[in-house]
Amino acid sequence: MPKFPDTLIPPPLRKPAKPGQNGHRNGASTNGDDDKSVVVEKLKEAPVDLVGWVDERTGATPFLTGMLLRKVPKGTNWFYTLGSATMFAFVVQALTGVFLAMYYTPSPVEAYASITNITNDVFMGEFVRGLHKWGSSVMITLIFLHMGRVFFFGAYKYPRELNWVIGVVLIVLTLVMGLTGYLLPFDQRSYWATIVAMNINGTGPIVGPYLADFLRAGAEFESTTLSRFYALHMLLVPGAIIALIGAHLYLVVKLGTTAPPWVRAETKPKSLRTEKVKAGVGARSGNGDGSSNGKHSGNGSDS
Amino acid sequence: MEKAKPAGYFEGETMTRRGVFTLGGQAVGGAAIAVVALPLVAFSVAPILDTPEEVWEKVGRTSEFTPDVYSPVITTIRSGIGEAGKTTVYVRQGSEDLGEDTNGYIAVSTRCAHLGCPVRFVRAAGIFSCPCHGGAYDFEGKVIGGPPVRPLDRFQTRVVDGQVEVGPRYSVTGDLEPVRARDPGEFTGGIWEYLYPPRPSTPPAP
Repeated sequence: MPKFPDTLIPPPLRKPAKPGQNGHRNGASTNGDDDKSVVVEKLKEAPVDLVGWVDERTGATPFLTGMLLRKVPKGTNWFYTLGSATMFAFVVQALTGVFLAMYYTPSPVEAYASITNITNDVFMGEFVRGLHKWGSSVMITLIFLHMGRVFFFGAYKYPRELNWVIGVVLIVLTLVMGLTGYLLPFDQRSYWATIVAMNINGTGPIVGPYLADFLRAGAEFESTTLSRFYALHMLLVPGAIIALIGAHLYLVVKLGTTAPPWVRAETKPKSLRTEKVKAGVGARSGNGDGSSNGKHSGNGSDS
Repeated sequence: MEKAKPAGYFEGETMTRRGVFTLGGQAVGGAAIAVVALPLVAFSVAPILDTPEEVWEKVGRTSEFTPDVYSPVITTIRSGIGEAGKTTVYVRQGSEDLGEDTNGYIAVSTRCAHLGCPVRFVRAAGIFSCPCHGGAYDFEGKVIGGPPVRPLDRFQTRVVDGQVEVGPRYSVTGDLEPVRARDPGEFTGGIWEYLYPPRPSTPPAP
């Protein structure tokens, strides 16, 4: 494993010398003329050594190689990229959202003006806002295509049911992002769409009216409704999405992906033989003899 | 074989030292989480229980309103949020033909009882119509077509010094009996009063 050059490490941080070694790792000077060339030589290797230095202290390499270079089944095709595509769309939304927040004001009086400012005045504002606006539709489209892929390939079956459940929660949260983000431009369409959405929430029996009150922070569209939606849209829900994407990916890496349904399992002669042996054991189990004995006789009778 | 006694065991103890500390540690941790989590939940849920002040707003002189036709006026239901806190209300004088008090004034909300879109009074037909999903209401605000689940809401009115004032909103049943304000889409009257319970965030019905 490549080592970070000692010459670049401040003496207090250097690895202590092994017992018996004369402590030259701790910065005892080597012979003068060679010193320069040794430093140059080691500087050339520095980029590699930096990776090694981090790796030695974190053990990241086996983790990363296990995750990125894992084996995938035969027949894996472009449909398997829909999940990653959805995540990429989410990353785009997160990045553009963070930068839009630099200019946006979540106040009912100023929100629309700040949006028109972003669109018309801020350099590249129209592009960044456009990415965020259209990207939301892209993400929702991709996440449903991804769900369709998992469904039609039967990839939700044992042992991946929990990952399906997490994925469904992620779809719901993505739609919540769409709903809460829709209000933020605060034009007529946003306002009335949100009024309708709140009232649909209110039609749930018994809890509905209180849920609508909770979302609006009161009985009408209140002064804090917009900031409530803004906090949900940019902090609470994205945080939950990031955490669940982590769990989703962990399970993908741990359980592996499935082959497409049209790819058949390979039937090797060896596995056929195992089945025969098992059948033999089953047939002879009535004798009550030892397993090794039954195995041999079963093999003999079948062949 | 009997289990080995833990260190510090004494005869007749019902709980090990370790058990006490495990439970105690979990209790302290739970209390620490509750100290942060409960106020946060209460903080975000509190508006459900908060009753806002009743606001009465002058909308015009009594002579400006007649029993035969609605006049649109603009009133503020939430202050401090600009246009978003305002709403259009249709006001008319009480009509003798409909058996109403002619000294009173009827203020009908423009919030459609289906999902809350703004309804418009069509003067020629004498009905209210909603642009979103085709809800239609008669002159009194009773449903005559489309998906709305109850008549149009109304606002309390009073006359002070010859000026008509509009107050808090309330909902009505199918027979125009006043009940506490509901959100659009929620039925009123009968068993619906229990399925869509009145909320503390709305003022009581007149």
